[in-house]
Amino acid sequence: MEMIPALGSALAGLLQEAAHGAAGAAGQGAAHGAGQAAGDHGGSFTPILPGLILLIPLIGAAVNGLGAFLWRDRRLVPSWVGPLAVGGAFAVVLANFLRMLETGAAGPAVVTLWSWLSVGGLEVGVDLLFDRLSMVMMLVVTGVSTVIHVYSAGYMRDDPGISRFFAYLNLFVFFMLVLVMGGNFPVTFVGWEGVGLCSYLLIGFWYENAEYSSAGKKAFIVNRIGDFGFLVAMFLLFAMFGTLDYVPIIESAADELAYGGITVTAVTLLLLLACTGKSAQIPLYTWLPDAMAGPTPVSALIHAATMVTAGVYLVARSGVLFAMAPMSQAAVATVGAGTALFAATIALKQYDIKKVLAYSTISQLGYMFLAVGVGAYTAGIFHLTTHAFFKALLFLGAGAVIHSVEHAFHEQGHHGDPNDMRSHGGLMSVMPVTGTTMWAATLAIAGVFPFAGFFSKDEIIWYAGSYGYPILWGVSLVAAVLTAAYMARLMFMTFHGENRTDEAAGQGASSALHEAPAVMTVPLVILAVLSVVGGWIQIPEALPLPHVSWLHDWLHPAVEPALAVAEEHGVEAAHAAPLGGGEAVWAGVSLVLAVGGIVAGAAWVRSKEILVPERAADDRGLARVLNRKWYVDELYERVFVGPLLALSRACWRVVDDRIIDGAVNGLGYAGRALGWVGSRLQSGRIGTYVLVFTLGVLAVLGGLVL
Amino acid sequence: MESFYSSHWILSVLLALPLLGAVACQMAPERKAGQVALWVTVLEFALSVPLFFTFETGTAAFQSFGAVPWIEAWGIQYAVGVDGISLLLVLLTTLTMPLAVASSFRYVDRHQKAYYTLLLLLQTGMLGVFTALDLFLFYVFWEVMLIPMYFLIGIWGGERRIYSAIKFFLFTAVGSLLMLVAIAGLVYLYYQQTGAVSFAYRDLVQLQIARGTQFWLFGAFALAFAIKVPLFPLHTWLPDAHVEAPTAGSVILAGVLLKTGIYGFLRFGLPFFSHAATHPAVVGTFLTLGLVGILYAAWVAAVQPDVKSLIAYTSIAHLGFVVLGIFALNPQGMEGGILQMVNHGLSTGALFLLVGMIYERRHTRLIEEFGGLARVMPFFAFSFVVVALSSIGLPATNGFVGEFLILLGTFRSHPVVATLAATGVIFAAYYMLPMVQRVVLNPLEKEENEELEDLDARERAIIVPLLALILLIGVYPNPFLDRTSASAGDLIRRVEERSQAAPLGAATGRAELAFDGVAVLPDDGDGGEGPGMTGPVSVETGE
Repeated sequence: MEMIPALGSALAGLLQEAAHGAAGAAGQGAAHGAGQAAGDHGGSFTPILPGLILLIPLIGAAVNGLGAFLWRDRRLVPSWVGPLAVGGAFAVVLANFLRMLETGAAGPAVVTLWSWLSVGGLEVGVDLLFDRLSMVMMLVVTGVSTVIHVYSAGYMRDDPGISRFFAYLNLFVFFMLVLVMGGNFPVTFVGWEGVGLCSYLLIGFWYENAEYSSAGKKAFIVNRIGDFGFLVAMFLLFAMFGTLDYVPIIESAADELAYGGITVTAVTLLLLLACTGKSAQIPLYTWLPDAMAGPTPVSALIHAATMVTAGVYLVARSGVLFAMAPMSQAAVATVGAGTALFAATIALKQYDIKKVLAYSTISQLGYMFLAVGVGAYTAGIFHLTTHAFFKALLFLGAGAVIHSVEHAFHEQGHHGDPNDMRSHGGLMSVMPVTGTTMWAATLAIAGVFPFAGFFSKDEIIWYAGSYGYPILWGVSLVAAVLTAAYMARLMFMTFHGENRTDEAAGQGASSALHEAPAVMTVPLVILAVLSVVGGWIQIPEALPLPHVSWLHDWLHPAVEPALAVAEEHGVEAAHAAPLGGGEAVWAGVSLVLAVGGIVAGAAWVRSKEILVPERAADDRGLARVLNRKWYVDELYERVFVGPLLALSRACWRVVDDRIIDGAVNGLGYAGRALGWVGSRLQSGRIGTYVLVFTLGVLAVLGGLVL
Repeated sequence: MESFYSSHWILSVLLALPLLGAVACQMAPERKAGQVALWVTVLEFALSVPLFFTFETGTAAFQSFGAVPWIEAWGIQYAVGVDGISLLLVLLTTLTMPLAVASSFRYVDRHQKAYYTLLLLLQTGMLGVFTALDLFLFYVFWEVMLIPMYFLIGIWGGERRIYSAIKFFLFTAVGSLLMLVAIAGLVYLYYQQTGAVSFAYRDLVQLQIARGTQFWLFGAFALAFAIKVPLFPLHTWLPDAHVEAPTAGSVILAGVLLKTGIYGFLRFGLPFFSHAATHPAVVGTFLTLGLVGILYAAWVAAVQPDVKSLIAYTSIAHLGFVVLGIFALNPQGMEGGILQMVNHGLSTGALFLLVGMIYERRHTRLIEEFGGLARVMPFFAFSFVVVALSSIGLPATNGFVGEFLILLGTFRSHPVVATLAATGVIFAAYYMLPMVQRVVLNPLEKEENEELEDLDARERAIIVPLLALILLIGVYPNPFLDRTSASAGDLIRRVEERSQAAPLGAATGRAELAFDGVAVLPDDGDGGEGPGMTGPVSVETGE
């Protein structure tokens, strides 16, 4: 009967936490400051109500899920429950953050809610890990989620599936928190696949559109390829360490593993495979552009700000392992830089506003991988954070635009694609708040001073150069120019020039264009402010500005073990870029490149007339190749999907039907004498046979009794 | 109550009750037979649940054990008991049956008396297979289990039921005959060594069998069980049987019957013939066939036009994982394998139940006939998606726990096999998600589907307990794993020891045992645990 008491005590633990929350009783799991891997940074940390952070969004998901069945027509309930559930989690996270800030504690503190798998030597608890790194992630996840949930209440207001929508969205936040708070690889993996599930459900949210459903399916299957890597990496880790908990692995990795050895290289490459799936990097990025089928807040939250950054988090979390495997680090950095450039080229020639942003996201994630690949973990997390602000903003802004254009199309009975920027133009005058806030985000992503992206992206480019990756450094500079160019193209096509909505949907359509309601614009403004000031938490010493090293100092305890390994093996940053020149010089150069990119992008849009999609001719030459995304989807279709289907059919029709069953049936005919077996069944006197059989069984077994 | 559950009486009642129920069905009016069967199976389940809680973890000994001489002249006993290997399977059986009965009310409209009688006989057969500790008794139950299934497919099946039933019969008959021969061989060896005849498990499991002989006997047992699992390439009876069987038949087939093959390996194949079963060539063969099953069945599943046939192939893939876990011969693999049998029973059983529910509405199982059901049948869609996800091993569902443990365990002993098998998680998504999409998502295009009713109260009552267990085992599997661990550990230890200790030459007649008992041997009278399979047994020297 131990099951019920155990569940009960877990519950009691939660309640106890609630009661003594302020005093910081950590519930039944008893937080233990596990080892001071970080050295002298801070003392142990006692989390406040750790279980509640997960429980609130989960309850939100359950309530909204029930609502999807029970009170389908009350759309007000989910639009309050959804945002409040995430806001509640944010509040608890904030309380924990403030305590960590106040006490200077660094953790890692591990709270075990209950024992999950305990078999032989394998002990996996439902462990929550509190340290500086998970704290940053929790803040970003719950903070940005709250803003996007509020926005969604407006965006999805008229959708009959709003309850289901918020159920999925809350569930997503729950799993995302499991991912970043997980204290061991398997718990992280629960979150990892859990967010994938929610992504699948939300991409295909409007499931009656077969194309959307297919996009969700594609995301799931492609991600499973990555998950395969995650699984095998765990098996290898368990074989090496006998545990899958982060803290002991991080502590003992340097002693247990050979630097650059084959095992640690294999583990990290497998983890990289997992990350290329979740974070949409080459070669597994193809699902993300399709994922834009989901409602736009989903694209903002899951496919830009949070879930897709999980790979960056995982590399940072297992930084020690990567530091032990220089080959894998180079692979991470190369994949990152390659993806940054590759995706940026595609973004140049997309017409769907969300597709531009999707490729932009892939490209920016590439920067983050470049950062964590070269060992600049702080820079990677920094860009992850600022990107969460400005990319969420860009998507939400695009959502407002789409909402407005869709409305205009709808009024005219036009069935065109509201996402197509060729039907936009000049929206600044009708949507000033959306336009202005999106400009803030554009300047941020392009890397213009003093917007957030300037600081975070510049740090990545600098470290790529100074850690000795001259080619990747050059690639990242080129990608930076392209970033500025495609974003300028997006902004000028959408918000400036002549409006083309009338041309697309018929006269009078444009009069239905409107600014979004306050429930949607307030989140835009909040994110716009963050897109400006978000970068000021880390300002390099070299710049002629006040030196701020907050983020660096904050994260230091969490990334210190990895840095120590790198240092021990003589990996360190130079003080000059590959072409000479210090950090300040190159910050100036990249600022010039960003502004140049914007100007070029603007000039490019202005240089020729934009035709609405109905009248536009197909692109030709390189433009066509870019527009068709380098034909990678077609390539995968031909090389992997097609052959797999052919193989499947051959197994079924040839091996099963002809060979195996052919042999079986052959034997069957040979044994025609057995035909009576079947003929009995057709005689119709079934009751008799069953009665006889029953009596027979009774006679045999009844012999026992006698 | 305590002594009732720790004595053989609980098992004897569980075995007898369905038999009595079968008689009651025969006597009941035609229309009432279903009600009778439902009450019997529900009572049976209620009686069996306390077993889970009274079962003592930490011992590998048989519990609720009892042995009574039956046919003394041949050394045949009525001997029953449960240990960590069989406990969960017994409970899985008692859980599956009421659901299977309840799922039949709408579908079965002819020969109802006969139908429910057969279901109840089947239940006795299955429970007997999992609890019998005498090989003769085991064989009797084995047959009692197979014959009703043959009738269920052949009489209440779909269009090609005759072909499928005969195919089922031929495959199983071959297996049964092989097993009978092997049992006879074992008893003969025992007679040769001791001069006495016994079918008792506790006697036969102590036999020292010469290495060469082991391969022959193991081969016969293994072939019989491999057909049942089923292992590639002996699997082709399964899709046909599943497609044609009535819903309850499919549920029982997938939920319980397939497990008897794996159970056979665990209970007999491995401990009896440890040397043969751990020989690298044998292990290699089983790992390869398991692996081939995982990948091949996943591929074939992906292109099936019929939902039931698709699910049937996924069963082959799932059981392939279980085979890997068993032959990994370490705690994670073994316990994961045992738990995965339960998981597969829950998930695949639920899938067949759900498919049956839409079949009853549309009288088709072709994937292309559906689409967009989520709009008209939201509860169905919800359940279908949850169950499908558990079937492909999504974390926080039961399927993940089993697969993870199996692969982790297999990786420890056979890293390459485990790595290849892990690609199965990709192919699982490849076969399952397109089907889910084409059934519950996508636009609702078929007019016939517009008016479909969502699941009614009876149907929800069938599905909800399965959903709850799927999630419970997913997040808190330890109570289930704890109950298997002692027996799994004991089996692994004993197999390792015995594989070394097997005599090289022909049977020598020496009966001294090369291993010690680890389990206590209490008397089986009032409330003690029964004897484990280990334990010092004095056997007379034969010749």
